[in-house]
Amino acid sequence: MSNVPSDLKYTKTHEWLRTLPDGTLEIGITDHAQHALGDLVFAEVPEAGRKLSAGEPFAVVESVKAASDVYSPVAGEVTAGNTALASEPEVINSDAYGKGWLMRLRPAAGGAAPALMSAAEYEKLIAEEGG
Amino acid sequence: MAFIPHTREDVRSMLEAIGVDSIEQLFDEIPASLRLAALSGVPEAASEMEIGRLMTERARADGRPLCFIGAGAYEHHVPAAVWAIATRGEFYSAYTPYQAEASQGTLQLLYEYQTMMASLTGLEVSNASLYDGASAMGEACLMAVRANRKSHSQRILVPTTVNPHYRRTAAAVAGNQGLIFEELPYCTEEGCIPPGALARYDGQDITALVIQQPNFFGRLEDVDALCDWARARNILVIAVVNPTSLALLKPPGQWGSPGASKGADIAVGEGQPLGVPLSSGGPYFGFMTARMEHVRQMPGRIVGRTTDAGGRPGFTLTLQAREQHIRRAKATSNICTNQGLLVTAATVYLSLMGPAGLERVAAASHARTRELVAALTRVPGVRRLFRGPTFHEDAIAVDRPVAPVLEKLAAHGIHGGLDLGEHYPELGPALLVCATETKTSADIERYASALADCLREARAA
Repeated sequence: MSNVPSDLKYTKTHEWLRTLPDGTLEIGITDHAQHALGDLVFAEVPEAGRKLSAGEPFAVVESVKAASDVYSPVAGEVTAGNTALASEPEVINSDAYGKGWLMRLRPAAGGAAPALMSAAEYEKLIAEEGG
Repeated sequence: MAFIPHTREDVRSMLEAIGVDSIEQLFDEIPASLRLAALSGVPEAASEMEIGRLMTERARADGRPLCFIGAGAYEHHVPAAVWAIATRGEFYSAYTPYQAEASQGTLQLLYEYQTMMASLTGLEVSNASLYDGASAMGEACLMAVRANRKSHSQRILVPTTVNPHYRRTAAAVAGNQGLIFEELPYCTEEGCIPPGALARYDGQDITALVIQQPNFFGRLEDVDALCDWARARNILVIAVVNPTSLALLKPPGQWGSPGASKGADIAVGEGQPLGVPLSSGGPYFGFMTARMEHVRQMPGRIVGRTTDAGGRPGFTLTLQAREQHIRRAKATSNICTNQGLLVTAATVYLSLMGPAGLERVAAASHARTRELVAALTRVPGVRRLFRGPTFHEDAIAVDRPVAPVLEKLAAHGIHGGLDLGEHYPELGPALLVCATETKTSADIERYASALADCLREARAA
Protein backbone atom coordinates (compact mmCIF):
# COMPACT_ATOMS: atom_id res chain seq x y z
CA MET A 1 0.00 0.00 0.00
CA SER A 2 1.40 3.38 -1.00
CA ASN A 3 2.11 6.11 1.49
CA VAL A 4 -0.31 9.05 0.95
CA PRO A 5 0.18 11.78 3.60
CA SER A 6 -3.07 13.50 4.46
CA ASP A 7 -1.64 17.03 4.65
CA LEU A 8 -0.74 17.21 0.93
CA LYS A 9 -2.66 17.81 -2.29
CA TYR A 10 -2.39 15.49 -5.30
CA THR A 11 -2.84 15.38 -9.08
CA LYS A 12 -4.09 12.74 -11.50
CA THR A 13 -0.59 12.57 -12.99
CA HIS A 14 0.88 11.55 -9.61
CA GLU A 15 2.44 14.79 -8.38
CA TRP A 16 2.08 16.03 -4.78
CA LEU A 17 1.94 19.66 -3.59
CA ARG A 18 2.79 21.17 -0.23
CA THR A 19 2.03 24.82 0.60
CA LEU A 20 5.03 26.31 2.42
CA PRO A 21 4.65 29.05 5.06
CA ASP A 22 5.70 31.76 2.56
CA GLY A 23 2.95 30.75 0.13
CA THR A 24 5.22 28.98 -2.36
CA LEU A 25 4.44 25.41 -3.38
CA GLU A 26 6.78 22.46 -3.02
CA ILE A 27 6.13 19.80 -5.68
CA GLY A 28 7.34 16.25 -6.17
CA ILE A 29 6.19 12.85 -7.37
CA THR A 30 4.16 10.54 -5.13
CA ASP A 31 5.34 7.41 -3.40
CA HIS A 32 3.06 5.46 -5.75
CA ALA A 33 4.80 7.06 -8.79
CA GLN A 34 8.34 6.37 -7.53
CA HIS A 35 7.35 2.79 -6.87
CA ALA A 36 5.95 2.35 -10.38
CA LEU A 37 9.09 3.84 -11.97
CA GLY A 38 11.54 1.69 -10.02
CA ASP A 39 15.06 2.74 -9.01
CA LEU A 40 15.60 6.32 -10.09
CA VAL A 41 18.97 7.09 -11.66
CA PHE A 42 18.54 10.69 -12.75
CA ALA A 43 16.29 13.69 -12.22
CA GLU A 44 16.34 16.79 -14.39
CA VAL A 45 14.96 19.68 -12.34
CA PRO A 46 14.10 23.21 -13.56
CA GLU A 47 16.26 26.30 -13.10
CA ALA A 48 15.05 29.00 -10.70
CA GLY A 49 13.33 31.79 -12.60
CA ARG A 50 11.69 29.58 -15.20
CA LYS A 51 8.06 30.47 -15.86
CA LEU A 52 5.65 27.57 -16.16
CA SER A 53 2.08 27.34 -17.33
CA ALA A 54 -0.33 24.87 -15.78
CA GLY A 55 0.11 21.39 -17.21
CA GLU A 56 3.60 22.10 -18.58
CA PRO A 57 6.29 19.46 -18.04
CA PHE A 58 8.91 20.88 -15.64
CA ALA A 59 11.10 17.89 -14.79
CA VAL A 60 12.16 14.51 -16.14
CA VAL A 61 12.66 11.59 -13.81
CA GLU A 62 14.59 8.67 -15.21
CA SER A 63 14.76 5.12 -13.94
CA VAL A 64 16.65 2.26 -15.51
CA LYS A 65 13.56 1.38 -17.53
CA ALA A 66 11.84 4.68 -18.33
CA ALA A 67 12.19 8.45 -18.47
CA SER A 68 8.99 10.30 -17.54
CA ASP A 69 7.88 13.90 -17.57
CA VAL A 70 6.58 15.54 -14.42
CA TYR A 71 3.89 18.19 -14.93
CA SER A 72 3.32 21.42 -13.07
CA PRO A 73 -0.26 21.46 -11.74
CA VAL A 74 -0.25 25.26 -11.50
CA ALA A 75 1.16 28.21 -13.39
CA GLY A 76 3.92 30.20 -11.75
CA GLU A 77 7.62 30.93 -11.47
CA VAL A 78 10.17 28.39 -10.24
CA THR A 79 11.92 29.62 -7.09
CA ALA A 80 14.16 26.58 -6.72
CA GLY A 81 14.94 23.22 -8.32
CA ASN A 82 16.21 20.48 -6.00
CA THR A 83 19.81 20.39 -7.22
CA ALA A 84 20.77 17.85 -4.54
CA LEU A 85 19.00 15.23 -6.68
CA ALA A 86 21.79 15.47 -9.27
CA SER A 87 24.10 13.46 -7.01
CA GLU A 88 21.49 11.37 -5.20
CA PRO A 89 18.33 10.82 -7.27
CA GLU A 90 17.59 7.74 -5.14
CA VAL A 91 16.17 9.95 -2.36
CA ILE A 92 13.06 10.24 -4.57
CA ASN A 93 12.64 6.51 -3.94
CA SER A 94 13.46 6.64 -0.24
CA ASP A 95 11.87 9.97 0.73
CA ALA A 96 9.42 11.01 -2.00
CA TYR A 97 7.59 13.55 0.19
CA GLY A 98 10.66 15.00 1.91
CA LYS A 99 14.18 15.23 0.49
CA GLY A 100 12.81 13.96 -2.85
CA TRP A 101 11.00 17.22 -3.69
CA LEU A 102 11.60 18.38 -7.29
CA MET A 103 10.85 22.11 -7.34
CA ARG A 104 9.43 25.06 -5.43
CA LEU A 105 7.09 27.37 -7.29
CA ARG A 106 5.55 30.77 -6.65
CA PRO A 107 2.02 30.48 -8.10
CA ALA A 108 1.03 33.14 -10.62
CA ALA A 109 -1.33 35.75 -9.16
CA GLY A 110 -4.91 35.41 -10.31
CA GLY A 111 -4.32 32.02 -11.90
CA ALA A 112 -7.25 29.63 -12.10
CA ALA A 113 -7.54 27.36 -9.08
CA PRO A 114 -6.10 24.01 -10.14
CA ALA A 115 -8.10 20.81 -9.92
CA LEU A 116 -6.28 19.09 -7.06
CA MET A 117 -7.20 16.00 -5.09
CA SER A 118 -7.24 15.35 -1.39
CA ALA A 119 -5.32 12.40 0.03
CA ALA A 120 -8.53 10.36 0.21
CA GLU A 121 -9.39 11.10 -3.42
CA TYR A 122 -5.87 10.23 -4.55
CA GLU A 123 -5.93 6.96 -2.60
CA LYS A 124 -9.14 6.08 -4.40
CA LEU A 125 -7.52 6.90 -7.78
CA ILE A 126 -4.51 4.65 -7.25
CA ALA A 127 -6.74 1.89 -5.91
CA GLU A 128 -8.76 2.11 -9.16
CA GLU A 129 -5.50 2.02 -11.18
CA GLY A 130 -4.61 -1.18 -9.39
CA GLY A 131 -1.99 0.44 -7.16
CA MET B 1 6.79 -12.98 -53.76
CA ALA B 2 4.85 -11.48 -50.90
CA PHE B 3 6.64 -11.38 -47.55
CA ILE B 4 3.45 -11.18 -45.49
CA PRO B 5 2.82 -14.50 -43.75
CA HIS B 6 -0.88 -13.88 -43.03
CA THR B 7 -3.52 -15.67 -45.06
CA ARG B 8 -6.40 -13.74 -46.56
CA GLU B 9 -8.56 -15.17 -43.79
CA ASP B 10 -6.11 -13.90 -41.10
CA VAL B 11 -6.18 -10.41 -42.60
CA ARG B 12 -9.99 -10.37 -42.84
CA SER B 13 -10.47 -11.43 -39.21
CA MET B 14 -7.91 -8.88 -37.96
CA LEU B 15 -9.58 -6.07 -39.93
CA GLU B 16 -12.95 -7.18 -38.59
CA ALA B 17 -11.67 -7.16 -35.01
CA ILE B 18 -10.63 -3.48 -35.28
CA GLY B 19 -13.64 -2.50 -37.40
CA VAL B 20 -11.83 -1.48 -40.57
CA ASP B 21 -12.81 -2.51 -44.12
CA SER B 22 -9.43 -2.70 -45.81
CA ILE B 23 -5.72 -2.36 -45.18
CA GLU B 24 -5.70 0.82 -47.30
CA GLN B 25 -8.13 2.41 -44.86
CA LEU B 26 -5.41 2.22 -42.18
CA PHE B 27 -3.48 4.82 -44.16
CA ASP B 28 -6.40 7.24 -44.51
CA GLU B 29 -4.75 9.91 -42.38
CA ILE B 30 -2.06 10.36 -45.05
CA PRO B 31 -3.42 12.78 -47.68
CA ALA B 32 -4.13 11.08 -51.02
CA SER B 33 -1.77 13.48 -52.80
CA LEU B 34 1.14 12.09 -50.79
CA ARG B 35 0.29 8.46 -51.45
CA LEU B 36 1.84 7.19 -54.64
CA ALA B 37 0.42 4.10 -56.24
CA ALA B 38 3.58 3.51 -58.25
CA LEU B 39 6.98 5.17 -58.15
CA SER B 40 7.67 7.00 -61.39
CA GLY B 41 11.15 6.43 -62.71
CA VAL B 42 11.48 3.06 -61.00
CA PRO B 43 11.42 0.37 -63.69
CA GLU B 44 9.98 -3.12 -63.41
CA ALA B 45 12.09 -5.65 -61.53
CA ALA B 46 15.08 -6.96 -63.48
CA SER B 47 16.73 -10.35 -63.15
CA GLU B 48 19.96 -10.81 -61.22
CA MET B 49 21.85 -11.28 -64.48
CA GLU B 50 20.41 -8.08 -65.98
CA ILE B 51 21.22 -6.10 -62.81
CA GLY B 52 24.78 -7.45 -62.79
CA ARG B 53 25.28 -6.30 -66.34
CA LEU B 54 23.77 -2.86 -65.69
CA MET B 55 25.98 -2.29 -62.65
CA THR B 56 29.13 -3.34 -64.50
CA GLU B 57 28.31 -0.80 -67.22
CA ARG B 58 27.62 1.93 -64.67
CA ALA B 59 30.85 1.18 -62.82
CA ARG B 60 32.79 1.42 -66.09
CA ALA B 61 31.29 4.88 -66.69
CA ASP B 62 32.90 6.06 -63.42
CA GLY B 63 36.38 5.34 -64.77
CA ARG B 64 39.30 6.00 -62.44
CA PRO B 65 39.42 9.77 -62.29
CA LEU B 66 42.12 11.72 -60.49
CA CYS B 67 40.03 13.36 -57.78
CA PHE B 68 40.89 16.74 -56.23
CA ILE B 69 37.44 17.34 -54.74
CA GLY B 70 37.07 17.38 -50.97
CA ALA B 71 34.26 19.59 -49.64
CA GLY B 72 33.14 17.12 -46.99
CA ALA B 73 34.22 13.73 -48.37
CA TYR B 74 37.90 12.85 -48.67
CA GLU B 75 39.80 10.22 -50.62
CA HIS B 76 42.26 8.53 -48.27
CA HIS B 77 44.15 5.29 -48.55
CA VAL B 78 42.16 2.48 -46.93
CA PRO B 79 44.41 -0.43 -45.87
CA ALA B 80 43.15 -3.73 -47.30
CA ALA B 81 42.77 -5.16 -43.80
CA VAL B 82 40.00 -2.66 -42.97
CA TRP B 83 37.30 -4.14 -45.17
CA ALA B 84 38.66 -7.68 -44.91
CA ILE B 85 37.86 -7.48 -41.19
CA ALA B 86 34.71 -5.34 -41.44
CA THR B 87 33.07 -7.79 -43.86
CA ARG B 88 33.68 -10.87 -41.72
CA GLY B 89 30.42 -12.59 -40.93
CA GLU B 90 30.70 -11.81 -37.23
CA PHE B 91 30.68 -8.04 -37.91
CA TYR B 92 28.80 -7.76 -41.19
CA SER B 93 25.61 -6.04 -40.11
CA ALA B 94 24.30 -2.51 -40.55
CA TYR B 95 22.96 -2.19 -37.01
CA THR B 96 23.55 -3.02 -33.41
CA PRO B 97 21.86 -6.43 -33.26
CA TYR B 98 18.58 -6.97 -31.44
CA GLN B 99 19.32 -8.50 -28.04
CA ALA B 100 22.49 -6.48 -28.32
CA GLU B 101 24.07 -7.98 -25.21
CA ALA B 102 24.16 -11.38 -26.91
CA SER B 103 26.69 -9.87 -29.37
CA GLN B 104 29.51 -8.99 -27.01
CA GLY B 105 32.06 -8.69 -29.84
CA THR B 106 30.01 -6.02 -31.62
CA LEU B 107 29.43 -4.12 -28.39
CA GLN B 108 33.12 -4.27 -27.51
CA LEU B 109 33.98 -2.88 -30.94
CA LEU B 110 31.48 -0.01 -30.51
CA TYR B 111 32.86 0.68 -27.05
CA GLU B 112 36.36 0.90 -28.46
CA TYR B 113 35.10 3.16 -31.27
CA GLN B 114 33.53 5.46 -28.68
CA THR B 115 36.76 5.50 -26.67
CA MET B 116 38.80 6.45 -29.73
CA MET B 117 36.39 9.21 -30.82
CA ALA B 118 36.27 10.67 -27.31
CA SER B 119 40.05 10.67 -27.21
CA LEU B 120 40.37 12.19 -30.70
CA THR B 121 37.94 15.04 -29.93
CA GLY B 122 39.12 15.58 -26.35
CA LEU B 123 35.60 15.11 -24.94
CA GLU B 124 34.28 12.65 -22.39
CA VAL B 125 31.47 10.67 -24.05
CA SER B 126 30.70 9.44 -27.56
CA ASN B 127 27.64 7.79 -29.02
CA ALA B 128 27.82 4.77 -31.32
CA SER B 129 27.43 7.02 -34.45
CA LEU B 130 24.74 8.77 -36.49
CA TYR B 131 23.76 8.80 -40.19
CA ASP B 132 26.35 11.27 -41.48
CA GLY B 133 28.12 14.51 -40.65
CA ALA B 134 25.27 16.72 -41.84
CA SER B 135 22.52 15.05 -39.80
CA ALA B 136 24.92 14.87 -36.83
CA MET B 137 25.11 18.67 -36.91
CA GLY B 138 21.30 18.89 -36.98
CA GLU B 139 21.12 16.52 -34.00
CA ALA B 140 23.77 18.56 -32.17
CA CYS B 141 21.65 21.71 -32.56
CA LEU B 142 18.59 19.93 -31.11
CA MET B 143 20.74 18.52 -28.32
CA ALA B 144 22.10 21.98 -27.50
CA VAL B 145 18.56 23.33 -27.13
CA ARG B 146 17.77 20.53 -24.65
CA ALA B 147 21.08 20.91 -22.81
CA ASN B 148 21.28 24.71 -22.52
CA ARG B 149 18.66 25.32 -19.89
CA LYS B 150 19.82 28.86 -19.26
CA SER B 151 18.73 29.85 -22.77
CA HIS B 152 15.11 30.00 -23.91
CA SER B 153 15.53 31.46 -27.41
CA GLN B 154 16.40 28.29 -29.42
CA ARG B 155 18.62 30.60 -31.51
CA ILE B 156 21.69 28.97 -33.04
CA LEU B 157 24.45 31.02 -34.65
CA VAL B 158 25.76 29.28 -37.75
CA PRO B 159 28.63 30.88 -39.68
CA THR B 160 28.42 30.75 -43.48
CA THR B 161 31.85 29.08 -43.34
CA VAL B 162 30.03 25.91 -42.21
CA ASN B 163 29.48 23.35 -45.01
CA PRO B 164 26.40 24.61 -46.95
CA HIS B 165 24.97 21.06 -47.15
CA TYR B 166 25.24 20.73 -43.37
CA ARG B 167 23.42 24.04 -42.92
CA ARG B 168 20.61 22.91 -45.23
CA THR B 169 20.33 19.55 -43.49
CA ALA B 170 20.27 21.12 -40.01
CA ALA B 171 17.50 23.47 -41.14
CA ALA B 172 15.56 20.52 -42.58
CA VAL B 173 16.00 18.39 -39.44
CA ALA B 174 15.46 21.09 -36.81
CA GLY B 175 13.79 24.01 -38.59
CA ASN B 176 10.25 22.76 -37.97
CA GLN B 177 10.97 22.17 -34.30
CA GLY B 178 11.18 25.88 -33.57
CA LEU B 179 14.95 26.32 -33.84
CA ILE B 180 16.09 29.59 -35.35
CA PHE B 181 19.31 29.50 -37.37
CA GLU B 182 21.08 32.83 -37.76
CA GLU B 183 23.86 33.15 -40.31
CA LEU B 184 27.16 34.76 -39.39
CA PRO B 185 28.89 36.30 -42.42
CA TYR B 186 32.54 35.55 -43.22
CA CYS B 187 35.42 37.82 -44.14
CA THR B 188 35.91 37.64 -47.93
CA GLU B 189 39.65 38.28 -47.60
CA GLU B 190 40.40 35.73 -44.90
CA GLY B 191 37.65 33.16 -45.58
CA CYS B 192 36.97 33.02 -41.82
CA ILE B 193 34.61 34.44 -39.22
CA PRO B 194 35.98 37.96 -38.59
CA PRO B 195 36.89 38.71 -34.94
CA GLY B 196 34.21 41.39 -34.53
CA ALA B 197 31.34 39.41 -36.09
CA LEU B 198 29.96 38.27 -32.74
CA ALA B 199 29.91 41.64 -30.98
CA ARG B 200 26.41 42.47 -32.21
CA TYR B 201 25.06 39.42 -30.35
CA ASP B 202 26.43 40.54 -26.97
CA GLY B 203 23.69 40.57 -24.36
CA GLN B 204 21.26 38.55 -26.51
CA ASP B 205 19.84 35.15 -25.62
CA ILE B 206 21.69 32.70 -27.90
CA THR B 207 21.51 28.93 -27.32
CA ALA B 208 24.52 27.71 -29.26
CA LEU B 209 27.30 28.67 -31.64
CA VAL B 210 28.41 26.27 -34.38
CA ILE B 211 32.09 26.41 -35.38
CA GLN B 212 33.50 24.32 -38.23
CA GLN B 213 37.25 23.65 -38.00
CA PRO B 214 38.80 23.54 -40.58
CA ASN B 215 35.94 25.49 -42.14
CA PHE B 216 34.32 24.75 -45.50
CA PHE B 217 37.10 26.68 -47.30
CA GLY B 218 39.74 24.57 -45.52
CA ARG B 219 40.72 27.64 -43.47
CA LEU B 220 41.41 27.62 -39.75
CA GLU B 221 39.02 29.65 -37.60
CA ASP B 222 40.17 31.38 -34.41
CA VAL B 223 38.44 28.68 -32.37
CA ASP B 224 39.96 29.79 -29.05
CA ALA B 225 38.55 33.32 -29.27
CA LEU B 226 35.16 32.11 -30.57
CA CYS B 227 34.89 29.51 -27.83
CA ASP B 228 35.87 32.00 -25.10
CA TRP B 229 33.25 34.46 -26.35
CA ALA B 230 30.49 31.84 -26.31
CA ARG B 231 31.33 30.25 -22.98
CA ALA B 232 31.50 33.58 -21.20
CA ARG B 233 27.86 34.10 -22.26
CA ASN B 234 26.43 30.64 -21.43
CA ILE B 235 26.25 29.83 -25.14
CA LEU B 236 26.98 26.18 -25.92
CA VAL B 237 29.67 25.49 -28.51
CA ILE B 238 29.06 22.89 -31.23
CA ALA B 239 32.27 21.92 -33.02
CA VAL B 240 32.06 20.49 -36.54
CA VAL B 241 35.42 18.84 -37.15
CA ASN B 242 37.29 16.67 -39.63
CA PRO B 243 38.55 13.60 -37.74
CA THR B 244 41.81 13.36 -39.71
CA SER B 245 42.67 16.96 -38.89
CA LEU B 246 42.42 16.22 -35.15
CA ALA B 247 45.72 14.32 -35.35
CA LEU B 248 47.36 17.75 -35.84
CA LEU B 249 44.93 20.40 -34.58
CA LYS B 250 43.79 21.16 -31.05
CA PRO B 251 40.82 18.89 -30.18
CA PRO B 252 37.48 20.67 -29.56
CA GLY B 253 37.54 19.66 -25.90
CA GLN B 254 40.56 21.93 -25.47
CA TRP B 255 39.34 24.94 -27.47
CA GLY B 256 39.58 28.26 -25.66
CA SER B 257 42.40 30.08 -23.97
CA PRO B 258 43.85 28.42 -20.87
CA GLY B 259 41.75 29.20 -17.84
CA ALA B 260 39.15 31.16 -19.81
CA SER B 261 36.94 28.33 -21.10
CA LYS B 262 36.69 24.59 -21.00
CA GLY B 263 36.31 23.79 -24.68
CA ALA B 264 33.42 22.85 -26.94
CA ASP B 265 30.31 21.18 -25.48
CA ILE B 266 29.52 18.92 -28.42
CA ALA B 267 31.71 17.79 -31.33
CA VAL B 268 30.27 16.27 -34.50
CA GLY B 269 31.57 15.47 -37.93
CA GLU B 270 31.71 13.19 -40.92
CA GLY B 271 33.44 9.89 -40.19
CA GLN B 272 34.01 8.94 -43.83
CA PRO B 273 37.72 9.91 -43.90
CA LEU B 274 38.35 7.07 -41.42
CA GLY B 275 38.46 4.04 -43.69
CA VAL B 276 35.26 4.56 -45.69
CA PRO B 277 35.62 4.85 -49.49
CA LEU B 278 34.03 7.79 -51.37
CA SER B 279 31.58 5.42 -53.12
CA SER B 280 29.65 8.17 -54.92
CA GLY B 281 28.51 9.87 -51.72
CA GLY B 282 27.61 7.20 -49.22
CA PRO B 283 26.82 5.44 -47.03
CA TYR B 284 28.99 7.34 -44.57
CA PHE B 285 28.62 7.86 -40.82
CA GLY B 286 28.40 10.79 -38.45
CA PHE B 287 30.16 10.93 -35.13
CA MET B 288 29.16 12.80 -31.99
CA THR B 289 30.99 13.34 -28.72
CA ALA B 290 30.15 15.62 -25.79
CA ARG B 291 30.97 16.69 -22.28
CA MET B 292 29.73 14.26 -19.62
CA GLU B 293 27.31 16.85 -18.21
CA HIS B 294 25.29 16.64 -21.45
CA VAL B 295 25.23 12.84 -21.80
CA ARG B 296 21.52 12.46 -21.07
CA GLN B 297 20.65 14.81 -23.92
CA MET B 298 22.81 12.91 -26.40
CA PRO B 299 20.86 11.13 -29.18
CA GLY B 300 21.62 7.60 -30.31
CA ARG B 301 23.01 4.50 -28.73
CA ILE B 302 25.77 4.42 -26.16
CA VAL B 303 27.67 1.28 -25.21
CA GLY B 304 28.99 1.01 -21.67
CA ARG B 305 31.35 -1.38 -19.92
CA THR B 306 30.05 -3.17 -16.87
CA THR B 307 30.45 -6.40 -14.92
CA ASP B 308 28.10 -9.39 -14.95
CA ALA B 309 26.69 -11.21 -11.92
CA GLY B 310 29.95 -13.16 -11.63
CA GLY B 311 32.05 -9.98 -11.62
CA ARG B 312 33.38 -10.56 -15.15
CA PRO B 313 33.72 -7.55 -17.50
CA GLY B 314 31.11 -7.20 -20.22
CA PHE B 315 29.50 -4.62 -22.47
CA THR B 316 25.94 -3.34 -22.50
CA LEU B 317 23.76 -0.67 -24.09
CA THR B 318 23.41 2.08 -21.54
CA LEU B 319 21.21 5.15 -20.97
CA GLN B 320 18.48 3.66 -23.14
CA ALA B 321 15.59 5.23 -21.21
CA ARG B 322 15.62 8.27 -23.53
CA GLU B 323 15.83 6.29 -26.76
CA GLN B 324 12.85 6.03 -29.08
CA HIS B 325 11.94 2.40 -28.35
CA ILE B 326 11.23 3.46 -24.76
CA ARG B 327 10.45 7.18 -24.78
CA ARG B 328 8.62 7.26 -28.12
CA ALA B 329 7.83 10.80 -29.31
CA LYS B 330 9.82 12.36 -26.46
CA ALA B 331 13.03 10.48 -27.24
CA THR B 332 16.26 12.42 -27.72
CA SER B 333 15.94 11.59 -31.43
CA ASN B 334 13.47 9.84 -33.68
CA ILE B 335 15.52 9.97 -36.84
CA CYS B 336 18.88 8.60 -35.84
CA THR B 337 20.50 5.24 -36.17
CA ASN B 338 23.89 3.74 -35.61
CA GLN B 339 25.88 3.13 -38.83
CA GLY B 340 27.31 -0.11 -37.47
CA LEU B 341 29.16 -1.38 -40.53
CA LEU B 342 30.88 1.92 -41.32
CA VAL B 343 31.82 2.31 -37.66
CA THR B 344 33.36 -1.16 -37.76
CA ALA B 345 35.53 -0.06 -40.69
CA ALA B 346 36.49 3.18 -38.91
CA THR B 347 37.41 1.34 -35.72
CA VAL B 348 39.63 -1.07 -37.61
CA TYR B 349 41.13 1.85 -39.59
CA LEU B 350 41.92 3.83 -36.44
CA SER B 351 43.40 0.83 -34.67
CA LEU B 352 45.62 0.03 -37.68
CA MET B 353 46.78 3.63 -38.03
CA GLY B 354 47.26 4.44 -34.37
CA PRO B 355 47.86 8.05 -33.30
CA ALA B 356 51.21 8.21 -35.15
CA GLY B 357 49.76 6.79 -38.39
CA LEU B 358 46.82 9.18 -38.37
CA GLU B 359 49.21 12.06 -37.77
CA ARG B 360 51.28 10.97 -40.80
CA VAL B 361 48.12 10.88 -42.97
CA ALA B 362 47.13 14.36 -41.76
CA ALA B 363 50.63 15.82 -42.24
CA ALA B 364 51.00 14.26 -45.71
CA SER B 365 47.57 15.59 -46.76
CA HIS B 366 48.51 19.07 -45.56
CA ALA B 367 51.85 18.93 -47.43
CA ARG B 368 50.21 17.67 -50.64
CA THR B 369 47.61 20.42 -50.53
CA ARG B 370 50.33 23.07 -50.15
CA GLU B 371 52.15 21.54 -53.09
CA LEU B 372 48.90 21.52 -55.09
CA VAL B 373 48.10 25.15 -54.35
CA ALA B 374 51.68 26.18 -55.20
CA ALA B 375 51.48 24.33 -58.53
CA LEU B 376 48.04 25.67 -59.44
CA THR B 377 48.86 29.29 -58.56
CA ARG B 378 51.85 29.16 -60.92
CA VAL B 379 49.29 28.74 -63.73
CA PRO B 380 48.51 32.11 -65.38
CA GLY B 381 45.07 33.37 -64.33
CA VAL B 382 44.96 31.39 -61.07
CA ARG B 383 45.41 32.84 -57.58
CA ARG B 384 44.75 31.87 -54.02
CA LEU B 385 41.45 33.33 -52.81
CA PHE B 386 42.14 33.74 -49.08
CA ARG B 387 45.29 34.42 -47.10
CA GLY B 388 46.26 32.43 -44.00
CA PRO B 389 46.71 28.77 -43.06
CA THR B 390 44.64 25.82 -44.28
CA PHE B 391 44.57 22.10 -43.48
CA HIS B 392 44.09 19.97 -46.59
CA GLU B 393 41.82 22.11 -48.69
CA ASP B 394 41.99 25.60 -50.20
CA ALA B 395 39.98 27.98 -52.37
CA ILE B 396 41.47 29.24 -55.61
CA ALA B 397 40.17 31.88 -58.02
CA VAL B 398 40.37 31.39 -61.78
CA ASP B 399 39.90 34.05 -64.46
CA ARG B 400 37.38 32.10 -66.56
CA PRO B 401 33.93 30.64 -65.70
CA VAL B 402 34.41 27.50 -63.62
CA ALA B 403 31.83 25.06 -64.98
CA PRO B 404 33.26 24.71 -68.53
CA VAL B 405 36.80 24.46 -67.12
CA LEU B 406 35.74 21.60 -64.82
CA GLU B 407 34.03 19.88 -67.73
CA LYS B 408 37.19 20.03 -69.83
CA LEU B 409 39.27 18.73 -66.93
CA ALA B 410 36.83 15.85 -66.50
CA ALA B 411 37.37 14.97 -70.15
CA HIS B 412 41.07 14.62 -69.20
CA GLY B 413 40.09 12.26 -66.36
CA ILE B 414 40.59 14.91 -63.66
CA HIS B 415 38.01 16.00 -61.10
CA GLY B 416 39.38 19.47 -60.54
CA GLY B 417 37.48 20.54 -57.43
CA LEU B 418 34.17 21.93 -56.28
CA ASP B 419 32.64 24.95 -58.05
CA LEU B 420 32.16 27.40 -55.17
CA GLY B 421 29.82 29.56 -57.26
CA GLU B 422 26.75 27.51 -56.40
CA HIS B 423 27.03 28.31 -52.69
CA TYR B 424 29.15 31.48 -52.67
CA PRO B 425 28.38 33.46 -55.88
CA GLU B 426 29.96 36.58 -54.30
CA LEU B 427 33.40 34.98 -54.67
CA GLY B 428 33.34 35.05 -58.49
CA PRO B 429 34.74 32.07 -60.42
CA ALA B 430 36.34 29.98 -57.68
CA LEU B 431 37.22 26.37 -56.94
CA LEU B 432 37.64 24.45 -53.71
CA VAL B 433 40.53 22.00 -54.14
CA CYS B 434 41.91 19.24 -51.95
CA ALA B 435 44.85 16.84 -52.06
CA THR B 436 45.35 13.99 -49.63
CA GLU B 437 48.19 11.51 -49.11
CA THR B 438 46.81 9.58 -52.11
CA LYS B 439 48.15 12.18 -54.59
CA THR B 440 51.71 12.16 -55.94
CA SER B 441 53.78 15.07 -57.26
CA ALA B 442 53.21 13.67 -60.76
CA ASP B 443 49.40 13.76 -60.19
CA ILE B 444 49.65 17.37 -59.07
CA GLU B 445 51.75 18.36 -62.08
CA ARG B 446 49.28 16.60 -64.37
CA TYR B 447 46.42 18.63 -62.90
CA ALA B 448 48.33 21.95 -63.07
CA SER B 449 49.30 21.44 -66.68
CA ALA B 450 45.77 20.35 -67.67
CA LEU B 451 44.34 23.42 -65.92
CA ALA B 452 46.79 25.67 -67.78
CA ASP B 453 45.67 24.11 -71.09
CA CYS B 454 41.96 24.43 -70.25
CA LEU B 455 42.26 28.09 -69.24
CA ARG B 456 44.33 28.89 -72.35
CA GLU B 457 41.73 27.25 -74.57
CA ALA B 458 38.94 29.11 -72.75
CA ARG B 459 40.69 32.44 -73.32
CA ALA B 460 41.29 31.67 -76.99
CA ALA B 461 37.63 30.69 -77.56
